[in-house]
Amino acid sequence: MGQIIVMTSGKGGVGKTTSSAAFATGFALRGHKTVVIDFDVGLRNLDLIMGCERRVVFDFINVINGEAKLNQALIKDKRVDNLYILPTSQTRDKDALTKEGVEAVMEELRKEFEFIVCDSPAGIEKGALMALYFADQAVIVTNPEVSSVRDSDRVLGMLAARSRRAELGLEPVTEHLLLTRYDPNRVERGEMLNVEDVLEILAIPLLGIIPESQAVLRASNIGQPVILDDGSSAGQAYSDAVGRFLGEQIEHRFTKPQKRGLFARLLGRTA
Amino acid sequence: MTGSDNVSERDGPFQLRGGSFTMMVLKLVDPASDGFFARLGDKVRQAPNFFRNAPLVLDLDGLPGNELLDFADLKSRLRECGFLAIGVQGGGHRHQEAALRAGLPAMPAGRAARVDAPPAPAAARPAAAAPPPEAPPPEPPQRSTLIVSEPVRSGRQIYAAGGDLVVTAMVSAGAELLADGNIHVYGALRGRALAGLSGDTGSRIFCLSLEAEMVSIGGLYRVNEDIPKAIYKKPVQVYLKEGYLCLDPF
Repeated sequence: MGQIIVMTSGKGGVGKTTSSAAFATGFALRGHKTVVIDFDVGLRNLDLIMGCERRVVFDFINVINGEAKLNQALIKDKRVDNLYILPTSQTRDKDALTKEGVEAVMEELRKEFEFIVCDSPAGIEKGALMALYFADQAVIVTNPEVSSVRDSDRVLGMLAARSRRAELGLEPVTEHLLLTRYDPNRVERGEMLNVEDVLEILAIPLLGIIPESQAVLRASNIGQPVILDDGSSAGQAYSDAVGRFLGEQIEHRFTKPQKRGLFARLLGRTA
Repeated sequence: MTGSDNVSERDGPFQLRGGSFTMMVLKLVDPASDGFFARLGDKVRQAPNFFRNAPLVLDLDGLPGNELLDFADLKSRLRECGFLAIGVQGGGHRHQEAALRAGLPAMPAGRAARVDAPPAPAAARPAAAAPPPEAPPPEPPQRSTLIVSEPVRSGRQIYAAGGDLVVTAMVSAGAELLADGNIHVYGALRGRALAGLSGDTGSRIFCLSLEAEMVSIGGLYRVNEDIPKAIYKKPVQVYLKEGYLCLDPF
């Protein structure tokens, strides 16, 4: 019976889609059959980040409306085994999502997949609510920045009150904090919130810290999840985070300012 | 009365001018028939939105000369079906006078014109060759062409029902062009194009630069990934030949 994991944040542009792609790929690389679903109807990006935008025929909304079967809409990733993508519609909007429709798709996916990663849109309206409603676990993607932290707090409130588990009085959704775009140098200069500040406000377990990295933009432009760029700090940090999610004990890396050696500074190299 | 007789009517409280309208014509072949309104009702149920409150001209040609119709009754029964009879044509003097007494004037001579159903709403199926959601329009004598002159942006969906679609600008990735007939894009086609939706397998897709996410004719499709590099971004026409989708550069 598959687990539904929502990547949510409230705030836009913090790294939900990047993280959804990275986590889904990370699970699949470790042998778990995984599907990643784009809930951002009308503003779809997951297919671009996963590099399958040239193969989309049917989408999530077609399946909800009964216009296509789930296996017609699922796209198998070409690079990684066990990995599937369910893209969403670009021409519809969030009103096309219905609770019954989403529930039916989730039930079908649960039978086949170990992990179902739901890439939530920004906001707290229908799209975001549908993405978090059926979740068993939630990864709250947060930037070390005041607006993002406040929005994450709001989303935590919604998970506690508006998720299916909350409505039915089941075990609450397991919450994890993923701190993204972390820049230790700026934290040291006092320009950016540090980990402790964020944890104090949100008070949920820290899953991972993903450093700010140019590799993320490169990855998105070539349609390859950044976790596959194992030379990059972001890629490695995502890999660590996936391991921690699956229960491994892994030290947090990339959290301290790196004293760049003369050579690195001359060559202008960044992680 | 002072003032020039040449006072422009445009300055007055009203403006009287000529107008021409396309309307449905209902030829009364056998209005006394028992099944008349039952069958008319069936027709209406095929496309209820299209026929609701539709103005109607009654063609009286061929009506037997002696029997005068009860036009007032006819008018109200047509109203029950959703039609608004607003005039008559043909049928000769006596019928027209009877009609006039019921408030249906003789229309000035009109020509047969095409009448198109409105474009179907958003939900269109990409490749399963299902017909458009709204029921088909009443046998248009001519195919229409829908012409779009601004760029078609991501997320927009355009459906040319009963005819062709011509776009004289680019079509962004994430946009969808749908047509029962042909699709012509005088620009880059980066979105999806689905032609021959109502089953016309002779429909074609033409574009100046083929970069489409997907092209489809009569239900057969090809996604971007399967477009040969040699014709990518070139002017191409897409058509069906013996059941296969052909993509030919110009």
